[in-house]
Amino acid sequence: MEFNSNSTFMYVVVSIVIAFVLLQSVVFFIKAWKRGKELGMDTQALKKTVGSSAVFTIAPAIAILLGVIALSNALGFPLPWLRLSVIGSLTYETTAAAAAANAVGSSLSQRITDPKIFATIAWVMTLGIIPGLVLVPLFGKKIEKGIANIKGKDSKWGQIFLSGLFLGMISAFLGLVFAKVHTGLVGWIPVFVMFASALLMMVCGLIRKVFNAKWIEDYALPISLLGGMALSIPITNLVMSLVG
Amino acid sequence: MKQELSYRDSVHRMGRVWILSALAMMIAVPVAICIYYSAWPPAGGILKGFLSVAPIFWTVGAIEVFTYVPMLGTGGSYVGFVTGNLANLKVPCALNSMDRAGVEPGTEEGEVISTLAISTSSIVTTLIIALGVVLLSQIEPILESPVLQPAFENILPALFGALGVVFVSKDWKIAIVPLVVMVTLFLLVPSLAGAVGLLVPVGALIAIGVARILYKKNLL
Repeated sequence: MEFNSNSTFMYVVVSIVIAFVLLQSVVFFIKAWKRGKELGMDTQALKKTVGSSAVFTIAPAIAILLGVIALSNALGFPLPWLRLSVIGSLTYETTAAAAAANAVGSSLSQRITDPKIFATIAWVMTLGIIPGLVLVPLFGKKIEKGIANIKGKDSKWGQIFLSGLFLGMISAFLGLVFAKVHTGLVGWIPVFVMFASALLMMVCGLIRKVFNAKWIEDYALPISLLGGMALSIPITNLVMSLVG
Repeated sequence: MKQELSYRDSVHRMGRVWILSALAMMIAVPVAICIYYSAWPPAGGILKGFLSVAPIFWTVGAIEVFTYVPMLGTGGSYVGFVTGNLANLKVPCALNSMDRAGVEPGTEEGEVISTLAISTSSIVTTLIIALGVVLLSQIEPILESPVLQPAFENILPALFGALGVVFVSKDWKIAIVPLVVMVTLFLLVPSLAGAVGLLVPVGALIAIGVARILYKKNLL
């Protein structure tokens, strides 16, 4: 069989897996919705969660799509499409594909035409993401019990413990924003964007208070995210003109 | 109480079936490629490629399970770990939704909101990428135009800047030390950028340690 990374065969295989995962999301969505009703939660609140999550997802999803396009030069569309729709994340997939190509003496700078090299890359990308899928069913329940135990002993400390966990994650990613500062003014661009977005978030909070505009609360994160991304364009242009 | 247990247990049972089926399907993809094209790559090549990524990937993967499962809840974890893009999309989405809805993670309501947020986000992501692949020839020039590049390069700073305001202002006493440590760390050792996944639990341990001290001294 003549190999082609964009073949109908590849599209069919990949579509089946993506459809399966899409179905899983739908099944869990329905189950959670029903459970929310059972608990007597306000339908309006549930709808708001769905609406704001959907709006918030658009920009990051387009960034992921750009990752698919970037990888498609070497790997065609189906494989990157699959790997970034299911489990993958931008940074890992690119690294994994590059490392695999490297290991068999190839590179991602050109279209992969040798099915053996392509298969090697597919295998390495797949094997790299196994831990989550094995460990969640294995330890998910135990981890939850651990958290429940902490809460059972002291519920206030339980909440604080979880806040600590979030803040640890948020601090790591806020720290990451400063990783390019050593390269000079251009390296500060992410820092400026971070502050711009933080400022927008505060403005949203202010509008909410001053005008009692409760709706803005639900969309504050997508507004700040998109606003920050939009402002990164003039910020980058300004920094570039200063650097010359 | 009994009902809560049975709901969570049923999510676990359902989740295990789905997540293990997803795993089987994922592995079936390279198998199908090898069979269809009768191209069995040398095991040595796969092993070499695997060994160059596994130490980081598997460590980060394991760490993600232990840090994100408590944040995402039961249903959210089973969907989130299958659909991926956790740190840059699913976790912020779930945290923000629970905060907006005024529910705490780990409670029954938190469980519902988190699962709804993550499933919605997964569905929307899948649809946007699928639509993007189909309409690619029309949208590629727009997406790849140089004008827009800074916007996509700066998505993480824009996301965590906004998220930081929400969560740091709520618990600034806990946040300040891990923030200073992480910023200093990345300023001094910029090469750590590739290993941010490994630093999430470090930040969490610092934050939880600080919180414990403040809590014991009644300062929270």
